[in-house]
Amino acid sequence: MPQLSSSAGQSGDFPPFRQRHLISIADLKPHEIIDLLDRSERMVPVSRQERKSLPTLSGKTQINLFFEPSTRTQSSFEIAGKRLGALVVNMSVKTSSVSKGETLVDTAATLNAMRPDVLVVRHSAAGAVELLSQKVGCAVVNAGDGAHEHPTQALLDALTIRRHKDRLSGLTVAICGDIANSRVARSNLLLLGALNVRTRVIAPRNLLPAGIENLATEVFTDMEAGLKDVDVVMMLRLQHERANGKMIPSVREYYRFYGLDAAKLAHAKPDVIVMHPGPMNRGVEIDPAIADGSRSVITDQVEMGVAVRMAVLDALLSGDDA
Amino acid sequence: MTRPLLIENARVVDPASGTDKRGAVLVENGRIADLALGGPVGVPEGAEVIDAGGLVLAPGLVDMRVFTGEPGWEYRETLASAGEAAAAGGVTSFVMMPDTLPVVDDGAVVDFLIRRAKATAKVNVLPAGGITKGLAGKELTEFGLMEEAGAVCLSDGRHSIQSTAMLRTAMSYAANFDMTIVHHLADAGLVGDGVMNEGLFATVLGLKGIPREAETIPLARDLQLAALTGVRYHAAQVSTAGSIDILKAAKSRNARVTAGLSINNLCLNENDIGRYRTYFKLATPLRSEDDRQAVIEGLRSGVIDTIHSDHDPQDSEGKRQPFAEATDGAIGLETLLAAALRLVHSEEVPLLTILKALTSRPADILGLDSGRIARGAPADLILVDLDYPWQVSETELKSRSRNTSFENARLAGKVMRTIVAGETVFLHNE
Repeated sequence: MPQLSSSAGQSGDFPPFRQRHLISIADLKPHEIIDLLDRSERMVPVSRQERKSLPTLSGKTQINLFFEPSTRTQSSFEIAGKRLGALVVNMSVKTSSVSKGETLVDTAATLNAMRPDVLVVRHSAAGAVELLSQKVGCAVVNAGDGAHEHPTQALLDALTIRRHKDRLSGLTVAICGDIANSRVARSNLLLLGALNVRTRVIAPRNLLPAGIENLATEVFTDMEAGLKDVDVVMMLRLQHERANGKMIPSVREYYRFYGLDAAKLAHAKPDVIVMHPGPMNRGVEIDPAIADGSRSVITDQVEMGVAVRMAVLDALLSGDDA
Repeated sequence: MTRPLLIENARVVDPASGTDKRGAVLVENGRIADLALGGPVGVPEGAEVIDAGGLVLAPGLVDMRVFTGEPGWEYRETLASAGEAAAAGGVTSFVMMPDTLPVVDDGAVVDFLIRRAKATAKVNVLPAGGITKGLAGKELTEFGLMEEAGAVCLSDGRHSIQSTAMLRTAMSYAANFDMTIVHHLADAGLVGDGVMNEGLFATVLGLKGIPREAETIPLARDLQLAALTGVRYHAAQVSTAGSIDILKAAKSRNARVTAGLSINNLCLNENDIGRYRTYFKLATPLRSEDDRQAVIEGLRSGVIDTIHSDHDPQDSEGKRQPFAEATDGAIGLETLLAAALRLVHSEEVPLLTILKALTSRPADILGLDSGRIARGAPADLILVDLDYPWQVSETELKSRSRNTSFENARLAGKVMRTIVAGETVFLHNE
């Protein structure tokens, strides 16, 4: 087992990353997660220096293939690739509901023929990125597949927590909101669980998926009880269409019981940090004063997102040369 | 008039009579003319003699749930290719579901299918007539005219009638003709966007779940309506422990209700989906191992009456999709018997129990005289090597479609010869 380097330096100091793709946190061993976090840590200064360039991927081609629009995630991957010197091409694929899958496999074959080095893929269907990875000859990074996983989000969340708390192990993290439909929640529960972080999920029963008690350390339906003494609160976005009486009666009732405001946050530890994967619905799941307040680390998350995506791209592609 | 056929030196297994004995069977004019158990056999003059070499001689299987592609989707399966697959699997009769294009909701279509199958298929194809026009759950079809044309039962195939009032009307009218209603159980609202069994495994995969209650609630409703109307009712396929409990109670009061089980729910569970393997995406979803154990117990105790293949050919385009967007269904005619024999080899279910659910019970429910080895019964017979080892390979299957839920499975037990009405329609080549 190679020793993990702790000294500053280039990415070449790390032992080769053994995974071909990054589809799911569930595929990673704890030491691989820590390896990616350490690599990400090393990427943070690159984006803070005046010439934000570490051209380890010059000559490589990265295609961002987004079947579901996402300006934030796509921009983050694009900037990450470009700072590493890769040629980055963005493809937004408009999908009609009838031909989604057809487009997926066909597009995979077409893109594969253009010989990219890495595909960054987002799709609305769980498992779609895995399916695509079976049809191409290059590395594939999952930028979110349905309600399955969003691994780089979990990595950037963990990096953000580790930088603020100087550790992960032994912390208690509460994830609040629409757990049932959230890939962010699944990836975070898997990652934090692998690193011995205590996890809590907090949501109305309607938004808790079956078997969640096997994925989280504790399950709460009462937000104040769930937030008691936590180190980290992660809020999830509530899709407006779920608060129309079909799953949740109204936004105002949701906000009353599950929106993060100062009164509820007061139950957490005094040094609690508040996170959100974005984009936020202020006044739906979070009080604007909290979102923009002193406990919020939401903009740090965005910055760490670029570092994590640089590290992931570098780890997957630098292995090619080894 | 064809030559008489004598099959001797066989292990005659007839679940209807509970027979499992050395013996011989004489076939004349497509029917079983005589059987001799234990004692010596006289060979009629000019008879063709088959030495079974000790293999099991059993009634051909009667499969109550098969989807074909013909008419409408002949590239998936024709009656001819389904017949080839059936013959290779030892299925000598199958009920064809009405979900075709056009749907089978009219006597003329039933008549067409029977003629077409006689001309092209090697085995007996028994059409089910739709319960409602267009299988849409809104208006009754002509039960009497379809029965006259040859429909063996009534079914809306993979469609489940949502309106309780419509179903009551259909059951009441079916009782009039003493026809069996075979009904697929799915509460549309509870199924919703679900694509697999609800539970931890679906949650981990990020897929929407189908709760067990999507089956048990319509089952409980159907059984009450069956008692109310007096209809002969067959729950097309059940998959949950809860359904076994509900059926057990209902069957103790009403002898006219029966239940079927897909080979998939008998042999597989939700874990077989693995990482989004779409051949395991089925309209009655694979359930948990606890549910599977419960249906096995249901089979042993007689709560489950029949086992069928749920043969459902789907093209690769429909299956090569993200799981939630892929088509439902798996082929199963050729693997039905061998897969069911897994339960025999593991000593979970006795051979006679398994074979009964594959032969005489479905025949009884459909009112057929086949499915048994008895004087005068149709000579629909199979010779089976119970221990023959083989591995399923999708490219070697005779079905036009490849979507087997037993791909690469190692199975023990194979049909060596299939006989329909006295004629050999399949012979295994070493």
